[in-house]
Amino acid sequence: MSETFASLRLVPKADAQQSGKDFKSDQEVRWCPGCGDYAILAGVQSFLPELGLKKENIVFVSGIGCSSRFPYYMNTYGLHSIHGRAPAIATGLSTSREDLSVWVVTGDGDALSIGGNHLIHALRRNVNLKILLFNNRIYGLTKGQYSPTSEIGKITKSTPMGSLDYPFNPVSVAIGAEASFVARTIDSDRKHLTETLRQAAAHEGTALVEIYQNCNIFNDGAWEPLKDSDSAEDLLIRLVHGEPITFGKDASHGVIRDADGSLKVAAAAEVGSDAFIVHDAHAADSSYAFALSRLSHPETLANTPIGVFRDVVRPVYDQQMSHQVEDAIKSRGAGDLAALIRGKDTWTVS
Amino acid sequence: MSKELVTLGRVVIRFAGDSGDGMQLTGDQFTSATAIFGNDLVTLPDFPAEIRAPQGTLPGVSAFQLHFADHDITTAGDSPSVLVAMNPAALKANLHEMPDGADLIINTDEFTKRNLDKVGYTENPLEDGSLDKYRVHAVGLTSLTVDALKDFELTRKEAERSKNMFALGLLSWLYSRPTETAKNFLNAKFAKKPEILAANLRALEAGWSFGETTETFSVQYEVKPAPAAAGEYRNISGNLALSYGLIAGAQAANLPLYLGSYPITPASDILHELSKHKNFGVKTFQAEDEIAAIGAAIGAAYGGSLAVTTTSGPGVALKSEAIGLAVTLELPLVVVDIQRGGPSTGLPTKTEQADLLQAMFGRNGEAPVPIVAPRSPAHCFDAAIEACRIAVKYRTPVFLLSDGYLANGSEPWLLPNVDDLPTIEPNFLEAPNHQLNGVDVLWPFKRDEETLARPWIRPGTPGLEHRIGGIEKANNTGAISYDPANHDLMVHLRQAKVDGIANDVEPMFVDDPTGDADIVVLGWGSTFGPIGAAVEISRREGIKVAQAHLTSLNPFPANTGEVLKRYKKVIVPEMNLGQLTMLIRAKYLVDAVGFNKVRGLPFKAAELVDVIKDVASHV
Repeated sequence: MSETFASLRLVPKADAQQSGKDFKSDQEVRWCPGCGDYAILAGVQSFLPELGLKKENIVFVSGIGCSSRFPYYMNTYGLHSIHGRAPAIATGLSTSREDLSVWVVTGDGDALSIGGNHLIHALRRNVNLKILLFNNRIYGLTKGQYSPTSEIGKITKSTPMGSLDYPFNPVSVAIGAEASFVARTIDSDRKHLTETLRQAAAHEGTALVEIYQNCNIFNDGAWEPLKDSDSAEDLLIRLVHGEPITFGKDASHGVIRDADGSLKVAAAAEVGSDAFIVHDAHAADSSYAFALSRLSHPETLANTPIGVFRDVVRPVYDQQMSHQVEDAIKSRGAGDLAALIRGKDTWTVS
Repeated sequence: MSKELVTLGRVVIRFAGDSGDGMQLTGDQFTSATAIFGNDLVTLPDFPAEIRAPQGTLPGVSAFQLHFADHDITTAGDSPSVLVAMNPAALKANLHEMPDGADLIINTDEFTKRNLDKVGYTENPLEDGSLDKYRVHAVGLTSLTVDALKDFELTRKEAERSKNMFALGLLSWLYSRPTETAKNFLNAKFAKKPEILAANLRALEAGWSFGETTETFSVQYEVKPAPAAAGEYRNISGNLALSYGLIAGAQAANLPLYLGSYPITPASDILHELSKHKNFGVKTFQAEDEIAAIGAAIGAAYGGSLAVTTTSGPGVALKSEAIGLAVTLELPLVVVDIQRGGPSTGLPTKTEQADLLQAMFGRNGEAPVPIVAPRSPAHCFDAAIEACRIAVKYRTPVFLLSDGYLANGSEPWLLPNVDDLPTIEPNFLEAPNHQLNGVDVLWPFKRDEETLARPWIRPGTPGLEHRIGGIEKANNTGAISYDPANHDLMVHLRQAKVDGIANDVEPMFVDDPTGDADIVVLGWGSTFGPIGAAVEISRREGIKVAQAHLTSLNPFPANTGEVLKRYKKVIVPEMNLGQLTMLIRAKYLVDAVGFNKVRGLPFKAAELVDVIKDVASHV
């Protein structure tokens, strides 16, 4: 039935086998026809039975944006909050209720613009949240302004002469923010999406999953080169822990470590396939994962790694917070209100 | 040497020194001894926002005022009878408030040319006759302390640090206070630094002995204990009482307490205090900003904790959108606002009451939030429990509107019996609450007929999975609804829910002993003490004047309009430009007259007496 993930050990298990249908709510899905969100929703709904958790112990928390309507479509508990604040709200929920599996659904504007502060702090604290960041490089719900991941020069309603903003690379941001788990996947690749969700769910602490998602109304085809079977093979670098990092037809290319320690892409024909490094998602030093995240080109999408960049063990905030409460009770006994308010210096009037 | 012992009814002492001189600590310790001795007391700490402003300058002066008496008092005293000035800046900053004949205890060692120059004294006031109308006690506090500690292996600088303890010892002798509480405090504070401990104890004793032997002080004073209701007392500051009230509120509801907070003056002490009490099941989360602090609290409230966020006015401004979310989610949440001088950064360490309208209206849309305002430091305990009660019972965010004066001021507190605290029933929904076509269903926004509160539903409850958010919800079902009639209904229901609390809070406090006063002085929050004192004084002078005071500012208690209409004149003193006055006039069409000052300090009773007299002369 289900694997038991360490990260979910305090979450009660379902009594019976579940199916994807169990996670579909009665709400009519109201994303635009053709939106990449449908594929992600279906992917999450079909994956969750694998966790075998009581569905009443799963909560989806979101902010504002198209992706943030996600909780309404899940037959779990759900909270559709305010713009950018989902990680903060989820932090309060997760740290006060370790028996819940808490998921955050957010977008590139919600997570990286208005909510950037909360995202980086959730990541550095390592709260037990699974954050799904739908990145479509555009503001959809407000009808088409550039986002923090849009390319320089992007022509949008608010940038008729082109955007001046240098884009964020969400994976780089997360690694820079001390994230213990960072991955990237693509909406249309169900197999890869599911495998990535599986690893994120298993991770103890905050897991950030960037999902390349297509907005077919305001930014159609933003990730098309990575999806088109003719081009994808030469652009996508599929990271698999313990395996050499290669890509292209017949593994024609791969990632090597340069003399100065940096990572770069090289052709097997030039360096020999033995030179390709073996992916180590558990590398303690985050500079390796960061270097991997810098391989991709923000405009051409060349050398775009997907998969798990980083997956390391770090103390989990929720557990530590609970331990402090337990330790305090152990060392001082459960609180005595009368003694507390009495304090040390009292006097009696008779 | 035996000295004359003079009995006084009351004394107002102001300790003033450089912000690094330990004046707050000295004041606190003198206060503790005074409290245990049994006097009634009120304190007023007054310190700069800078941690260590440039030494010896006027902006760096930190003061602590204590009023203690052999009878019931309600203010920290209009003007001090004694000033302890640790340097020229402290003298200059405070002298204008000293009445003729007041005692000045002055640390002469700091009156060097350099220090005098720093504050613009061209002549030494100790020598130029400008202090002739005061009783000056010139004492070399620094040198006497260093001398008393010469047997200790301390540098001169280290020894000088104990001068506040010398001063405390001297004042303790002067007013016949016991020094045991100060000794206990030092023993605990310096338990791991025996040399520093011994030096401070020696300085304390040396100060006492100096008072006994020096000819500078010919008289020793005593202030007899004040009569008080029987029971056990302690001294308590507002922020401490408020922290304990939150813990008590959570216990009364049998819920874990969760605090999301971001440090801000003058609210940070509540975060510090609650973080000490994890053995009560309290979780404290210091967030990355004000918004995350309330965000985490909302998350915890959603999960079934008694959730609190603590801040001051600027933080409330940042939290506004999230408070609106809590309003529409209809989740219990206590928002503590320790008001300070504004706008913007304003006066971080000074008091003000100018956030009332922010608490009332500072959100987008129609977003009513109940407001509870404590009236004294000890009352912060009860007010915090009341805020928790309203939040849980009505599933709503509640403002607890304290201020800097209450936060840092202190008074004796008759300890409540914890068994008598109210019980608060969370009444979590555990099963579907509605039948639809014979099927049990959950209606997350089906309301209690009496309170109009919706059910509180914790994640983890089987069969009650549901989704809610900031988008307007259909009444009962909670489904997203853009229906015009439904929105109109929901706006009215949320307002009616809050309005209905008027019958569930204590009636407005009214003190009108003769029952025939023409004038009522209406206040809210920390002006209770000064208004009470002013009303007392006015009555002694023959004016018939009543006092009314509001703890619930939203909604107003049910009797508010009826009470105010009994009087010909309604005076509303506020440390703002007339915020309650505006609300009262709008709601009750009462011709309320404001008395408004925003000096960062509590009102003086005397200035309120003048206002009462002026109004009385025109009735």
